[in-house]
Amino acid sequence: MSTGITKPEEEEETESQAVGAARAAGESAYGQARMDESEIDAANEASQRRARRAVEDADRTVELKVFRYDPEVPEKEEPRFDSFTVPFAKGMTVLDALMWARDHYDSSLTFRHSCRQAVCGSDALFVDGKQRLGCKTQVADLADEGIPGEVRIEPLPHAEVVKDLVVDMEHFYDQMESVEPYFQDEDTPDGLNEQRQSRENREKIKMSTRCIWCGACMSSCNIAAGNNEYLGPAAINKAYRFAMDEREGEDLTEHRLNIIEQEHGVWRCQTQFSCTEVCPKDIPLTEHIQALKREAVKKNLKFW
Amino acid sequence: MTNNATMHEHDVIVVGGGGAGLRAAIAAEEEGADVAIVTKLHPVRSHTGAAEGGINAALRDGDDPKDHAYDTMKGSDYLGDAPAIETLCETSPEETIQLEHWGMPFSREEDGRVSQRPFGGLSFPRTTYAGAETGHHLLHTMYEQVVKRGVTVYDEFYVMDLAVTDHPDPDERECHGCIAYNIKSGDLVGFKADGVILATGGDGQAFDHTTNAVANTGDGLAMAYRAGVPVEDPEFVQFHPTTLPSTGVLISEGVRGEGGILYNSEGERFLFERGYANNDGELASRDVVARAELTEVSEGRGVNDEYVDLDMRHLGEERIVDRLENILHLAEDFEGVDGLEEPMPVKPGQHYHMGGIETDENGETCVSGLYAAGECACVSVHGSNRLGGNALPELIVFGARAGYDAAGRDLGEARIDTGPGARSETETDLDTPVSPGALDGAEPDAVADGGALATNAEAVVEDELRRQRERVETLLERDGINHAEIRSDLQDAMTEFVNVFREKEGLQQALEAIRDCRERYQNVAVADPSRTFNTDLLHTIETRNLIDVAETITLGALARDEFRGAHWRKEHQERKDDEWLKHTMISWNGGDPEVFYTDVILEGEEKTYEPKIRSY
Ligand SMILES: Cc1cc2nc3c(=O)[nH]c(=O)nc-3n(C[C@H](O)[C@H](O)[C@H](O)COP(=O)(O)OP(=O)(O)OC[C@H]3O[C@@H](n4cnc5c(N)ncnc54)[C@H](O)[C@@H]3O)c2cc1C
Ligand code: SF4
Ligand code: FES
Repeated sequence: MSTGITKPEEEEETESQAVGAARAAGESAYGQARMDESEIDAANEASQRRARRAVEDADRTVELKVFRYDPEVPEKEEPRFDSFTVPFAKGMTVLDALMWARDHYDSSLTFRHSCRQAVCGSDALFVDGKQRLGCKTQVADLADEGIPGEVRIEPLPHAEVVKDLVVDMEHFYDQMESVEPYFQDEDTPDGLNEQRQSRENREKIKMSTRCIWCGACMSSCNIAAGNNEYLGPAAINKAYRFAMDEREGEDLTEHRLNIIEQEHGVWRCQTQFSCTEVCPKDIPLTEHIQALKREAVKKNLKFW
Repeated sequence: MTNNATMHEHDVIVVGGGGAGLRAAIAAEEEGADVAIVTKLHPVRSHTGAAEGGINAALRDGDDPKDHAYDTMKGSDYLGDAPAIETLCETSPEETIQLEHWGMPFSREEDGRVSQRPFGGLSFPRTTYAGAETGHHLLHTMYEQVVKRGVTVYDEFYVMDLAVTDHPDPDERECHGCIAYNIKSGDLVGFKADGVILATGGDGQAFDHTTNAVANTGDGLAMAYRAGVPVEDPEFVQFHPTTLPSTGVLISEGVRGEGGILYNSEGERFLFERGYANNDGELASRDVVARAELTEVSEGRGVNDEYVDLDMRHLGEERIVDRLENILHLAEDFEGVDGLEEPMPVKPGQHYHMGGIETDENGETCVSGLYAAGECACVSVHGSNRLGGNALPELIVFGARAGYDAAGRDLGEARIDTGPGARSETETDLDTPVSPGALDGAEPDAVADGGALATNAEAVVEDELRRQRERVETLLERDGINHAEIRSDLQDAMTEFVNVFREKEGLQQALEAIRDCRERYQNVAVADPSRTFNTDLLHTIETRNLIDVAETITLGALARDEFRGAHWRKEHQERKDDEWLKHTMISWNGGDPEVFYTDVILEGEEKTYEPKIRSY
């Protein structure tokens, strides 16, 4: 025994050899679960009982109505709504409620989420008819007073649903990446010298740099819904972020204006402000689009 | 990215698209390698985006990387390795300016240069920042560079395990790639590569209350551990004293810095009135405040038996809105509390893991071709305690080094020795109530000590692919129990016994609880039958990783009977330099974990760091 860890007497240490042997023989060593069927059933029933008790014991509960769809599972091929009753606690967000439902009722309930603090942009959802981040939406805020009786949770509209609340983000990413979303000035100072940037200029691009790629704006936009090629508010905002950054030279600014001026660029925007309204990072998207339109006009005047 | 092939080949594979992974990929690309990032989250969704404070870099006149190194060594409580610390501090300025050259929107001074601010434990205001969202900007700036360079990104691909040769001695093993699950399609794919860089981030989900993301499940650490790489200093976990109770969202020290006060349920300003920190009060160091808070709660003076109140109302609306506006938003959005009207509930939460996958200063582990960088790694710069603002520079400095080295650039021979062969001493009398490690007759994934038997690279990856396929099939097809309760019991046990208060008996109880979780895990199954976006399956596999991670933390904590940095032991209230100036190493050892030690390297390039009392 090589280990320095003192083992209790009754432990037998044959596992590595046993598995090694099974592996060498090319056999499957993935056994069946070690509990028998009735034990498994009992354990699962006990879990369900605990969930029921938590709901019964709760002072207040909230009813989630959640969109379900899975092209691969016969019962879920036809989209439907499932209801989950979740115990309410002060401070509970829509994401907390969804996680509770998944962990206590239905482990197949599927949604993206990670940071729980509005920085990763994973959980833009359609909650009570509006694009919102699940993690940044207090359940209590969905009612005028007290807590809502019911919360309706759907995937982002105008995007292809992969499963339940998960939508395909590929189109959104393509649009974001089509505006050359990277700093391009190669003419940077040597060594440890930084490029200078004025505070005013940093302030000017500040809001535009806060985008977390959640896709809420794109989903809320009627124009984007009707025209798949429209760059959309987030991508145009990304272009704004670089076009307005004084660290990039003038030639580049012009190049950037050419990109957003294309057929499916800024001129498609009809200033409906829906994107600005839903953006969880409060980015003044419509304003940024308008500012780029003005810059494009200025540039064109210069060359005509 | 969609692709139906079951085998991909690249020179270098980077697992993870956070700050460390992106920097590693850019470096490998700069070096001319064909590099791909394989990541379970789209890169911009990585938790690096949550970092607020800043990046430490000695950039200015009057500052010196040597001072940064000195501060870091002192902060580490003399458990950092000098070659790693000096590399960090010397390289951080150029890496930070590199970010500026890539367009990162740093905050600016009047003269247009990047701003720096003071941070705890630093002798110079060298924390370079971009508003209150430094990590977000760092992450997005580097992702932009990845797009610019056309680096292949397999996003929403979950790496299940490594493909490593099966030599009995981990120092002799080679890594040839990894196996990933295409989350959208449900296909398992093999990635064959000459170099694999793990950059999978933190593992805060081992605790029930953490500032870490839901995706921070220690996957990379668990994979490297099972492949034979020692986990270094796992007992060192940083807890932050002010996090919101319902989500773990961080409320920065800024509130206390501006004069915010902590009260218990009896309205006492307990840090003073109960004598925890008679001089510094609320501004005492993180661990002191965290322990004080938990003591109040456990002695019945917690609010709702759970937390304490952080009150800033007396600062006045004007000052709060001016200096702490983002805190108002955090409290409102994530806790439903109006900080102008009521105190904010706070409690300690897991924040950062100092320990991790053992690497040398080039990022390489003892398994040839296997690298690690970022929070999952332990190189070790933070030793027993990380200074604020020192993790982000670690990502870019050691991410880049791992990327260069894996792509073939000669960085010179490392001074840090790795692997079981570097041991100075073996632990012989650790009193564990149950045996840690693999269970008798466990599933083979549990004892993947080096993976496949084959030696040719292709075959090693194929063998592993087959084994992972079987693993998935089994989980999907058999009947069993759900993993969620096991995970939550594991988290509860860790928070109860392995948090800021640690004592022998509690740690032993934690080992028993972990063992119990392992046994129950033998019966897990995935209820969702779908191949499409099966998060049930992924979370189930993550829970397995968390069990391994939690066990290494607890074993390390039980072994180290002293009080150093973030590791507090009830029975051992002093730092024992005679005995404990050494790194703890936990090695999977084929499922039969072994604890051994290696020497700390205090000899720097020019001088040797002399351990001093860490007081501020
Ligand atoms: C709230 C908060 C504030 C902080 N503030 C600061 C600060 O001000 N200054 C500072 O220096 N540090 C700070 N830190 C610490 C620092 O932010 C982190 O340590 C660091 O960002 C971790 O980066 P990473 O690249 O190692 O991991 P992450 O950014 O977490 O990235 C991990 C990546 O690995 C991928 N991944 C994980 N598992 C798998 C798998 N199985 N298969 C495929 N991919 C996988 C994920 O998709 C992700 O892309 C803070 C931390 C937190 C939580
Ligand atoms: S602009 Fe706002 S709504 Fe649109 S993707 Fe970015 S953060 Fe989301
Ligand atoms: S979970 Fe990250 S934005 Fe909501």
